[in-house]
Amino acid sequence: MRQLLTLFWSFFKIGLFTFGGGYAMIPLIRREVIDRRGWIAEREFLDLLTLAQSAPGPISLNTSVFVGYKMRGYSGAVASILGVVVPSFVIILLIALLFADIRYNPVVDAAFKGMRPAVVALIVVPVIALARGMHPLLYIVIGLTAVAVWYLGWSPVWILAGAAAAGILRALYRTRKEGGR
Amino acid sequence: MILLQLFISYLKIGFFGFGGGYAMLSLIQNEVVMQHAWMTNAEFADIVAVSQITPGPIAINSATYVGYTVGMQAGGTGMGILGALTATFAVCLPALTLMLLITRFFLKLRNNPIVEGAMQGMRPVVIGMIAAAALLLIFPHGSDPGEQNFIDAWSWLLFGGVFVGAWRKVNPIALIVLSAAAGIAIYY
Repeated sequence: MRQLLTLFWSFFKIGLFTFGGGYAMIPLIRREVIDRRGWIAEREFLDLLTLAQSAPGPISLNTSVFVGYKMRGYSGAVASILGVVVPSFVIILLIALLFADIRYNPVVDAAFKGMRPAVVALIVVPVIALARGMHPLLYIVIGLTAVAVWYLGWSPVWILAGAAAAGILRALYRTRKEGGR
Repeated sequence: MILLQLFISYLKIGFFGFGGGYAMLSLIQNEVVMQHAWMTNAEFADIVAVSQITPGPIAINSATYVGYTVGMQAGGTGMGILGALTATFAVCLPALTLMLLITRFFLKLRNNPIVEGAMQGMRPVVIGMIAAAALLLIFPHGSDPGEQNFIDAWSWLLFGGVFVGAWRKVNPIALIVLSAAAGIAIYY
């Protein structure tokens, strides 16, 4: 029970401070899940993000399901996903009920002008941290993917499927070569 | 009846919402504005604006807001809250079930060479996709001033400061709160 509450609370914080789309919470997830709790090993982190990308739905939800299930099975997954959802649900409901005009509030507007570039920095840092130490050839893959998604507007689903297929072919080719020896 | 429609619409949005966040917007718009005419395009734009200033995934935010609005129009505040619960639950359901399947599959088969091959192929691509999200926030496709995240030299200064802080593993929550305070000090 205690661990379920900890899972809920960790993802509650992540849900409460995730502004500007899912990727901005990568540093937050890293801090909660790796640095503070040690639920996931550093080298598992990129795998977690990869799996979260290959399922539909917001990455923060998918990440919470993975971590929750890994720690405590089904009840862990439910506790974690609730943690992500409850803050947005309550805040949106309050806005819908009471403060429909909040987006015209000049203080809120000014705060968000400050937060937007901050959020971008929170996305750039994990890109560099995750890419460090990879094979230099993979930098080209990273760069091409970034341009294809950002500039050309390619769908991430197809790029992921293509990359998975390429990786599988490479693995098959390798096992065949080793088998032939 | 309206609850069932909300449930089905948001189940679809949750199920086909690959690529997260903004990729889901057109899907949501199609269901909510085009298919069901639950709201006008202008109201939908308002919801997007509210989602941007509230935490959490935009899919969840819009589900809660649309569910509430639609329910309330049909039967008052109580129905509105029920609508919000229904739509939010529906949009989470596909992510929960599919991600559970993927997680179980992965935890069992992570040492399988085929699975490891697929992961190896996808890892760099995922980093590229995160980079693309950052690029899109720095250089948005639209030239509408409301879409710009970097509006002046202060923006870049804040970006630089938060970058250094995040790199040195300062608590990201503290960085968000500080940048909001800086925004109020600079722009209000």
